[in-house]
Amino acid sequence: MATLTRADVEHVAHLARLGLTPDELARLEGQLNHILDQYAKLAELNTDDIPPTAQTIELENILRDDVARPSLDPEAVLANAPERDGDSFVVPAILGGE
Amino acid sequence: MADDLTQLLAHEMASRLRAGETSSRELAAAHLARAHATDRGLHAWLTIDDERALAEADAADAKLAAARAEGSAAVNALHPLHGIPIALKDLVSVKGGQCTAGSRILEGYRAPYDAHITERLREAGAVILGKTNMDEFAMGSSCEHSAFGPTANPWDLERVPGGSSGGSAASVAAFQTPLSIGTDTGGSIRQPAALCGIVGMKPTYGRVSRFGIVAFASSLDQIGPFARDVRDASALLHAVSGRDERDSTSAPIPVPDDLVNLPASEDEAASWLRGKRFGVPKEYFVKGMDPAVEARIREAVTTLEAAGATVDEVSLPHTDYGLATYYIVAPAEASANLARYDGVRFGHSVRGGDDYLADYLATRGTGFGPEVKRRIMLGTYALSAGYYDAFYLKALKVRTLIKRDFDELFGAGFDALVAPTSPDVAFRFGEKMADPVRMYLSDACTLPVNMAGLPGVSIPCGLADGLPVGLQLIGPAWSEATLMRAARAYEGATADAAWRGVLPTDLAKLDDPRVPTPAERVAAPR
Repeated sequence: MATLTRADVEHVAHLARLGLTPDELARLEGQLNHILDQYAKLAELNTDDIPPTAQTIELENILRDDVARPSLDPEAVLANAPERDGDSFVVPAILGGE
Repeated sequence: MADDLTQLLAHEMASRLRAGETSSRELAAAHLARAHATDRGLHAWLTIDDERALAEADAADAKLAAARAEGSAAVNALHPLHGIPIALKDLVSVKGGQCTAGSRILEGYRAPYDAHITERLREAGAVILGKTNMDEFAMGSSCEHSAFGPTANPWDLERVPGGSSGGSAASVAAFQTPLSIGTDTGGSIRQPAALCGIVGMKPTYGRVSRFGIVAFASSLDQIGPFARDVRDASALLHAVSGRDERDSTSAPIPVPDDLVNLPASEDEAASWLRGKRFGVPKEYFVKGMDPAVEARIREAVTTLEAAGATVDEVSLPHTDYGLATYYIVAPAEASANLARYDGVRFGHSVRGGDDYLADYLATRGTGFGPEVKRRIMLGTYALSAGYYDAFYLKALKVRTLIKRDFDELFGAGFDALVAPTSPDVAFRFGEKMADPVRMYLSDACTLPVNMAGLPGVSIPCGLADGLPVGLQLIGPAWSEATLMRAARAYEGATADAAWRGVLPTDLAKLDDPRVPTPAERVAAPR
């Protein structure tokens, strides 16, 4: 089974958008490999002809009428905003440049 | 504590309310006072909202008075929970109240709306006292992963209450509230119920709407009740169950009224067992399990047989693969669900980095605790390019095998399965913190039930070395009414058992205003 290197751990942390300290990365490298060792057990089972189960409830395509309903109170929602400007959230710039 | 209202069961409180012998305000005030007075050593609560609770209690009293004026039919039409106090795990949205999910990243967040179950509880007339402590984002089996410090077990303040719904379980066991709500993704209701000596139920996936609940793993999470007896737990389950179009996974399946009509008489309850058929899955007696716990479970089986039930040893052959499967599926779903905590619209936010990416990394890196980071890392890895088939897809296929094991047994006519809830009694603070896999094994007997989407209930079945042991009953999908009936039957069959009257050992210590807090106990050198 796969073994995670320090570089792998850093790559996954980047994918997960987690800023981790060198100590955290070192600890996670050991812990994640220990947990991955447990996953190896699944290789014992031949599952070639087994369909996956993503959820257990036998409901599909739940639809409802598209009707207008009151939205949440903007003031209550924006009260949680780390930074706001009037009725808008202030977000970090996502486009570089001047 | 001769006529202490907090010592009553919820249905006893309801009888007194209807008889005019007490009021909802008195009930709320008594529980609020006890919660404030006894929570230093327990730390079961993150928020206690006296003002809101007393206002809700007054409204319940007014509604009861109006019903009384209308006649006995109107009084009888009130839900059994009308006027009864309740606590909610701190991942249930209550409009205007803080909802942290046990995480710094949600500290200070105030829910702009009520969860579906909050609405349902209001309709039933229940009185919400406050919000209880939990492992961060429900990830944990001990409550030690709360960002706000651990909760203690009222049976031994040096030990954990279980988790993740540890505060909900401990508060009920310590008579701070008669009822509480938890969530169960891999055992987070049943395991703390077992460790605290109370009743805890995880319903069928789809039974209760999760609208307004902080999500952990969406194909596994279910909401369920805690109480000190089966009838109370069943009434609470009844109040919160049912279809809600805002959670498309909540099923349009009728909620059985039998849930509020369980027999009051112990003998009548126990007589239900005659001719019933139970299976005991041999794989649930896991390696390394506490022999005293196993002994209590074997005694419970003997009790069921003595009451006229047939009990056969059965096999769920893929049980041993449950842990690995769960620890792929749950973290994978969590890593997706927790992507929303980006510090932009709500919650903890770190700004001022070089670019938006730096702000995300800093916000999430400082806002999440170690266990949550570990699970996000696991889940992200299991879903990442090149590993998806080997891990996530493989786990979903093994999940099919686990579910088929259960389907076969229930197809063969078993009314329910009987198993330990947890392989251990409550463990000491710190005992399982160093090794995540040891902590994960706490849920070995509960998480296959979530994988299969089935209902499971944990009920007290005695003590091992002075600490509570939980008996788990597992049923087919949508069998809650039968399962609660079975649990009530076991309760009836053991009504005279010596352990029934034993109160949590360390309850009296909680009255001491200088008792160490759980955080102080964890910090103290041992």
